[in-house]
Amino acid sequence: MKNFLEEVNARIGGVALQNCYHCMKCSSGCPMAEVMEYQSNEIIRMVQLGEREKLLNSSAIWLCVSCETCVTRCPNAVDIPRMIDVLRQMSLEAGIKPAEPEVVAFHRAFLDTVKLGGRVNEPLMMVSYKARTGTWFKDLVMGLKMLLKGKLSLVSPRTRNRTVIHRIFKRTSKL
Amino acid sequence: MEYSYYPGCSLHSTGKEYGLSVEVVSRALGLKLHELFDWSCCGATSAHSTSFDLSVALPARNLIFAEKRGLDVMIPCAACYNRFKMAQHHLANAPGLRGKVSETLGYEYRGTAVIRSPIDIFHQDVGLETLEEKVRKRLAGLKPVSYYGCLWLRPAEICDFENPENPVKLDEIMTSLGAESRKWAFKTDCCGGSLTISKTGQVEKMVGRLMRMAVEAGANCVVTACPLCLANLDMRAPAENRLPVFYFTELMALALGLEGPEKWFKLHGTDPRPLLRSLDLL
Ligand code: SF4
Ligand code: SF4
Repeated sequence: MKNFLEEVNARIGGVALQNCYHCMKCSSGCPMAEVMEYQSNEIIRMVQLGEREKLLNSSAIWLCVSCETCVTRCPNAVDIPRMIDVLRQMSLEAGIKPAEPEVVAFHRAFLDTVKLGGRVNEPLMMVSYKARTGTWFKDLVMGLKMLLKGKLSLVSPRTRNRTVIHRIFKRTSKL
Repeated sequence: MEYSYYPGCSLHSTGKEYGLSVEVVSRALGLKLHELFDWSCCGATSAHSTSFDLSVALPARNLIFAEKRGLDVMIPCAACYNRFKMAQHHLANAPGLRGKVSETLGYEYRGTAVIRSPIDIFHQDVGLETLEEKVRKRLAGLKPVSYYGCLWLRPAEICDFENPENPVKLDEIMTSLGAESRKWAFKTDCCGGSLTISKTGQVEKMVGRLMRMAVEAGANCVVTACPLCLANLDMRAPAENRLPVFYFTELMALALGLEGPEKWFKLHGTDPRPLLRSLDLL
């Protein structure tokens, strides 16, 4: 059986995490470093040490904004955002309750509307997000303003071939 | 010059004025855009965070329509551009992925589509000289900082856009419109857009810092080329440092003397009209 490091490396399918020499260039430029409980190079070390539970239950994996700054600056081309995506997916597959429930609720709401119409309908997505998180009043005024200005509309054109969209989701997404 | 055109979901809703201005400016510069046949969402951050295969299959469907058409495909949204480029990269490199995706989609993916940013198209294909000749109203007094954000640029080898630490094409476009583009060190710093709904407090801090730096750089507005960046900067900035934020194509339309800018400016969270009137540009 593969150990945690081998499993993560295999799913990244690129530069192996062992190439990191902990220069911390990634963590120094990370815009979310101040709120992530583990810094990006620490996460790499933890994967090597087999800290599966800690990582899959962490906030850090959900707080990364996927800005791709770290991988762009890494002297060894270690793909940290891809590693974090892998950890997110492992966490979801293991049925772990995410440490940042709002972030995952947003992804679910977003993908639900895509599954339904092939394209995002923002008002629909916001209603679905709010129902999932119970945050009915946050950003409400902003949303209403946008509706009134005619920026958002309740019905928007959808993709015609929704059969293929459904097939894509069925085969690739377990969310 | 003809292109396929992928508006993406944002350009039909929160980024409406971006879509409209891209179309109007393209027409005025003699570019013909053909909206991609029956396009669907690129999946954005929500797809790549939750399923690798989904994050490739969603853009791939659109890429297939683009290859069939055979024209370069213009993608104005930085997030869509990034997801298309990433999918193309993985489809070219990950063993077995191409066959699997083609099978799911029911069409053969070949990998021949050319993905282009409107920044690059206006800068390269139209060219700054032509642009300058077409300017009817120079944007004198307008001092924008150019904000590129993340997704046009990174990862650099995949995005194949510009120097990821110091891109200049937007600045150069602004200069050819007669605006005084301000230098600043934050043009590629992240604004936190992907977490703006779910982690608003943190994102407000990030936007606050960008706005403070823009003001410090002597700017009177911010110009961007991403609907997520614009919505975020336009809505989440703190009251004490709130500059108008424009799509670069809105300013192009204004300088080229085209119909539309007044209407689009009404859609912004921070009304840019007082600034433009004070400079005699409206
Ligand atoms: S920049 Fe690269 S090598 Fe340096 S610590 Fe980060 S991942 Fe490791
Ligand atoms: S991609 Fe994630 S880990 Fe890397 S710099 Fe951005 S926020 Fe930090």
